[in-house]
Amino acid sequence: MEETTLYTIIVHSENFSGILNQIAAVFTRLQVNIESLNVSASSMKNVHKFTISCKTTAKNIDKILKQINKKMDVINASCYTDDEIFQSEIAMFKISTDEFKNSEDTSRLLRGYNTHIVEVTPDFIVVELAGSSEAINSLYEELTRIGCAVKQFVRSGKVAVTASTLEKVSDLLSKRAERYKDRLQ
Amino acid sequence: MNNENEKVSGSEALIRALIQEGVDTIFGYPGGAIMPVYDALYDHLDEINHILVRHEQGASHAAEGFARASGRTGVCLVTGGPGATNTLTGIADAMLDSTPIVVIAGQIATEYIGTDAFQEVDFTCVTQPICKWSYQISTPEEITWAVARAFFIARSGRPGPVVLSIAKNAQVGMTEYVPRKVNYIRSYDDEPETDMRMVEEAAAAINAAKKPFVLAGQGIELGNAQDEFRAFVEKGGLPFGCTLHGLSVLPSSHPLNMGMLGMHGNYCNNVKTNECDVLIAVGMRFDDRVTGNLATYAKQAKVIHLDIDPSEIGKNVPVDIPVLGNCRKTLAMLTERIAPADRSSWVDSFEAYRKEEFDRVINKELHPESGPLNMGEVIDAVSEATGRKAILVTDVGQNQMMAARYFKFTERRSILTSGGMGTMGYCIPAAMGACIARPDRTVCAFTGDGGLQMTVQELGTIMEHRLPVKIVLLNNSYLGNVRQWQQLFFNRRYSFTHLENPDFQTLASAYGIASRRVIERAELKDAVKEMLETDGPFLLEACVAEEGNVLPMTPPGQSIDNMLMEC
Ligand SMILES: Cc1ncc(C[n+]2csc(CCOP(=O)(O)OP(=O)(O)O)c2C)c(N)n1
Ligand SMILES: [Mg+2]
Repeated sequence: MEETTLYTIIVHSENFSGILNQIAAVFTRLQVNIESLNVSASSMKNVHKFTISCKTTAKNIDKILKQINKKMDVINASCYTDDEIFQSEIAMFKISTDEFKNSEDTSRLLRGYNTHIVEVTPDFIVVELAGSSEAINSLYEELTRIGCAVKQFVRSGKVAVTASTLEKVSDLLSKRAERYKDRLQ
Repeated sequence: MNNENEKVSGSEALIRALIQEGVDTIFGYPGGAIMPVYDALYDHLDEINHILVRHEQGASHAAEGFARASGRTGVCLVTGGPGATNTLTGIADAMLDSTPIVVIAGQIATEYIGTDAFQEVDFTCVTQPICKWSYQISTPEEITWAVARAFFIARSGRPGPVVLSIAKNAQVGMTEYVPRKVNYIRSYDDEPETDMRMVEEAAAAINAAKKPFVLAGQGIELGNAQDEFRAFVEKGGLPFGCTLHGLSVLPSSHPLNMGMLGMHGNYCNNVKTNECDVLIAVGMRFDDRVTGNLATYAKQAKVIHLDIDPSEIGKNVPVDIPVLGNCRKTLAMLTERIAPADRSSWVDSFEAYRKEEFDRVINKELHPESGPLNMGEVIDAVSEATGRKAILVTDVGQNQMMAARYFKFTERRSILTSGGMGTMGYCIPAAMGACIARPDRTVCAFTGDGGLQMTVQELGTIMEHRLPVKIVLLNNSYLGNVRQWQQLFFNRRYSFTHLENPDFQTLASAYGIASRRVIERAELKDAVKEMLETDGPFLLEACVAEEGNVLPMTPPGQSIDNMLMEC
């Protein structure tokens, strides 16, 4: 087995329907599983941003990037290892209010992780944790370990910003427009 | 007619948009989901020649043949559901062979999409992985934009197929006809920037080379860079071998042209690939049929790769100096920077291997003393009789490899074949497309007895339009290519490769196509002459050796220079 690495791929695309499908198909073709996927509007109008993490080989990641970049409506796809990005994820935990009130361990744990309370009802509370994927995993595991029944648990999938200052895609688009300016007239 | 607020149907807008893109030929087949477009087409028959094929797969290959022979974009028009899915083979074929076609398929009205309505197929989704761009038109307003974008995408950059599905409501809805032009898409870098440092480095490497070898691919034809390529190899004294699709970039008889690369290519090329010091690949993609075992491919050479598609760089073979861009421009840049050189002793060193191949393979194939006809001698006779000026269309199998080996070229854009997909059944419809695109040229279509029967119904189209396709059926009563592999690698266990064939002469006559069967060597020349002198289509059936083999051959998985000369 070749060595695999966890990569974070950031894709910017036009906001057309069907692009997610086309991007996902690239992973299917190479039989690579997507570990997490986040899709949202980007800071640029009509540009969508995908943050995809996957574990694969260096050879495959190169193919994946080239094939995604080749899709007509993809503006740019690039990939990063963990030291090249700042990443974060959000998780929400729904816990019964009684449990929260009566179990000191639970409330101490939640405070210790810097969670923040989103909603309190007589029946349940919702707390939120933003942080690394590892922190989220570990809070969940610890809650389970101390016997706290988590009624619901969701996580967003990773989002990331690159360590370099500018969002590269805006640069790329203006450079490209400059290169094709003869055609644009 | 063009008063400003005039509204036309989406179908009318579609036809006008096609005409605006310069479309004058459509290969198609009507059906429920595309009837409004066919109705609009009926008003434009003076501007558009619609060829009714006999199966939509035929339309897709005919569009490919048209595109490859003319350098323009081929168009096919089909209904939704089965009409659309029948074109899939041609779409995938065009994708692998970088052929610009636009497939327009009907689709049920948007309000019924998602209900499993009659003939509903999610064609956009099905085609996305096998084409450059696939889009569903849901409103009449989008039509001119989508058509302009489709044609731009199909022909620009590395060309390829584009699919437009057009919902019935978009066909019948009314809209203003606003002509559109697309020549820039911000998410699509169709002419990637050339890094001048790479050009300088490549030129330096070529100047320092003692034993440079060039691989000529279809990119040269697609980029219309034949003149630039000639200037490049002639200035540097650079010998070159051609991929299957690159065979007609320069005349076969050019002194630097060493013939074909790869599994059934010319021996000298495969030897020299593994001997050269600099390997210069131009508009080709190191297909496994060209490289053989990658672990032993050109390891000693510095590799320069000129290509327009960044995803090809380093895909199969590690590249030392990538030169991205349109090869028409990058070749000219290189030519400017390389020193004129005479490398005749290097060029002459190919000769020993050419001679070996001639003595051990070619001579036996072309000049047998007895026995049944060989494919090679039939192909050679036809090629010679056309003055080496004809367009060659092949099917897939032994007929294809033999035609590629023995047909010779003097004109550019003269080989039409299914290289990437190896699609049996490609030949006859692609030849129709070529005939229509280039009525000024002779079109010779070499097919096998298996492949002919995969799209045989197109003989009806040929009959109807009296298309002057010169069909040469190389009948060996076998799925010859597969039989050859069974002979060599499966212990002669001929599992389902023998063909029980119809009487092809009767078949031709049923379609009113002139024909002749040739068995005897002595008759061959005369039969070829009769074929070429007959106006209109002709089917020449050559009964060739049943168990003939294509040689030389690099067995699968072997180093490319490790070729069998006999078996
Ligand atoms: C559509 C399709 N089906 C199957 C194959 C596999 N195949 C490749 S060559 C070949 C035999 C072709 O036989 P024929 O058309 O008689 O040509 P020959 O090799 O005998 O010249 C087959 C079956 C293919 N390439 N395409
Ligand atoms: Mg056969």
